[in-house]
Amino acid sequence: MIRLLATPLLFVALLLQSIRLALGQIWANKMRSTLTTIGIVIGVAAVTAVIAALTGLRAKVLKEFETFGTNKIFIIPHWPREGKFRHFNWRHIRFMPKQFENLLERCPSIEDYTLMTERSLTVYHGVQNIEGASINGINPSWHRIENRSVIIGRPFTLMDEEHGWQVCLITPDVRDELRLDRDCIGKRIVVGRRSFEIVGVVEGRVKGGMFGDMGSSKEVFIPFETAWRLWEPWIYAVASCREPELSKEAQAELRFYLRQTRRLGPGDPDTFRLEVIEEYLKSFNKVAMAITAVAGGVVGISLLVGGVGIMNIMLVSVSERTREIGLRKAVGAKPSAILLQFLVEAIVLCLFGGLLGILIGQGMTSMIAKIPNSGLDMAYIPLWAVGLSFGFAATVGVFFGMFPAIKAARLDPIEALRHE
Amino acid sequence: MQTMPQEKTDRTVIRLQDVRRIYKVGVERIHALDGIDLDIRKNEYVAVMGPSGSGKSTLMNILGCLDRCTSGTYELNGRNTTRLSSGGLAHVRNTQIGFVFQSFELLPRLNALKNVELSLIYAAGTTWLSRRTRARETLVRVGLTERVKHRPNQLSGGEKQRVAIARALSNNPSILLADEPTGNLDTKTSEGVMKLFDQLHREGQTIIIVTHEEHVARHAERILQMRDGQIISDERTGPNRVTPPSQEAHHE
Repeated sequence: MIRLLATPLLFVALLLQSIRLALGQIWANKMRSTLTTIGIVIGVAAVTAVIAALTGLRAKVLKEFETFGTNKIFIIPHWPREGKFRHFNWRHIRFMPKQFENLLERCPSIEDYTLMTERSLTVYHGVQNIEGASINGINPSWHRIENRSVIIGRPFTLMDEEHGWQVCLITPDVRDELRLDRDCIGKRIVVGRRSFEIVGVVEGRVKGGMFGDMGSSKEVFIPFETAWRLWEPWIYAVASCREPELSKEAQAELRFYLRQTRRLGPGDPDTFRLEVIEEYLKSFNKVAMAITAVAGGVVGISLLVGGVGIMNIMLVSVSERTREIGLRKAVGAKPSAILLQFLVEAIVLCLFGGLLGILIGQGMTSMIAKIPNSGLDMAYIPLWAVGLSFGFAATVGVFFGMFPAIKAARLDPIEALRHE
Repeated sequence: MQTMPQEKTDRTVIRLQDVRRIYKVGVERIHALDGIDLDIRKNEYVAVMGPSGSGKSTLMNILGCLDRCTSGTYELNGRNTTRLSSGGLAHVRNTQIGFVFQSFELLPRLNALKNVELSLIYAAGTTWLSRRTRARETLVRVGLTERVKHRPNQLSGGEKQRVAIARALSNNPSILLADEPTGNLDTKTSEGVMKLFDQLHREGQTIIIVTHEEHVARHAERILQMRDGQIISDERTGPNRVTPPSQEAHHE
């Protein structure tokens, strides 16, 4: 029983001893140890910074989706690649408002929907103008789907919609750029040679994010009916389902409904597309994976170089301490004990490099997070990345420390003691 | 393990039978040890003498289980060591042999106490506290009560060798092997160290000293003269104590 216990106990004691010795050795050769581990430091710093940036970006995107609404479904016209609709012209592909007329009754999982149009026009107020402002036609239900509050004035009503009044909502950016007063209700702006009365100011998009950057912050909203009467533009729709979990059912209902209203026969391909936020998340994940793979390759190379450095310094260490090894063997250190000592030293050296790397990575992360408008302000190093870095560092230590450690373990004690 | 007849196991610590050690240098074969037969009993105080190249260092290495003989058998405490693995030899060195070297071989970064603890680190079943206690006791035994927290470079030559002897004794070895222990010391300090060996001998320790100095060898009670890998004379110069005064248990 005692013998059974003695062996693992001896191992633990030797391990602790080896760690103490290794720390002492590193402390005694501070400069050398630091320079040696620089490869590991750079590798770990790079990987943690990249992971931190991606994690931050992901958190940002997820947060954006929450404000954006994870239960939204985009309904977009789509040209099929095959089938008889391939040769159809755009009149058949585009949506018509009447195709959505009784959508809410037919699709029980859909809570609300809004038809949308979007075009880019110059907006005037007196001598001020904005080129390329985004002009959006929306239903009043848009206010329930988008979580964007009306700061001043009122939202659109059914009256605006039914009469096709030339009224508009603007974002604060439009107001400021047109040099309008803070309270600009009742003022008139010119959009596409027509005069619109401002009835409210609606808050701008979330800034600095993936989706905020995709669109202009200079938006003018007009009733959908008004836009339709003026331009008969291409339209798309945004629907929201009652619960995020109902997304799949809602999509199925929509598809069934739209195939009917668009008079698609059995076997005909869809002439529309349904897009949900998850799709975007998926493509983001794909990009993130690619970036991680590239960063991983770079890090792999730098760890390899770092590992060779570790091996080199360990060989130096073994040859410098040949007499010590000889003595340790003479007093009864088994080859395995010597192996352990030098292996632990290499691992501790690498972990030390890993620690330095994580600290530098943290510094880089803090700097990245301060870059304005990069969407990286939420960058942070997740705990698993810390674990991963230490794991990698330790692996490099084992891999590249093994050869010098074996060399030390195999030294002949007599020759080692004779070594000068 | 080979058991020896009962009346011999309690006395004989070392038994060499026709031990040869042959080195190959290129095509030449050098007989460093050429048929050594030797029995050393418990509590014997042996000096091995001879010119350089006579094979005394090789004998020392074989007795200390640092090296294996090419042929012949070496029994230590009745146990044949000839076929042990390097790990097995390390275990034997750890539990049964204490080395004292000419150049002390203290680790410069460890203080005296830690240097003494060194061999105990590699022994199974020792705790930090038991190592510390044992190291302190052994240092007291070699007459070093102060300066135990000093590093080797802060100690005098005599003190260094005392620390080294304490390290050799810390695991309660069956044999204490000293290779020119006074070679790096002045005459006065040498006398002090030799007195320590005498004292250890009186306490029952089996001691083998390799030396080429006559006055060192005079302390021993048995002198082996070597030449060309052979023992050419084996004379007893003092009374050989058959029964040690203190009954210290030597564990394997």
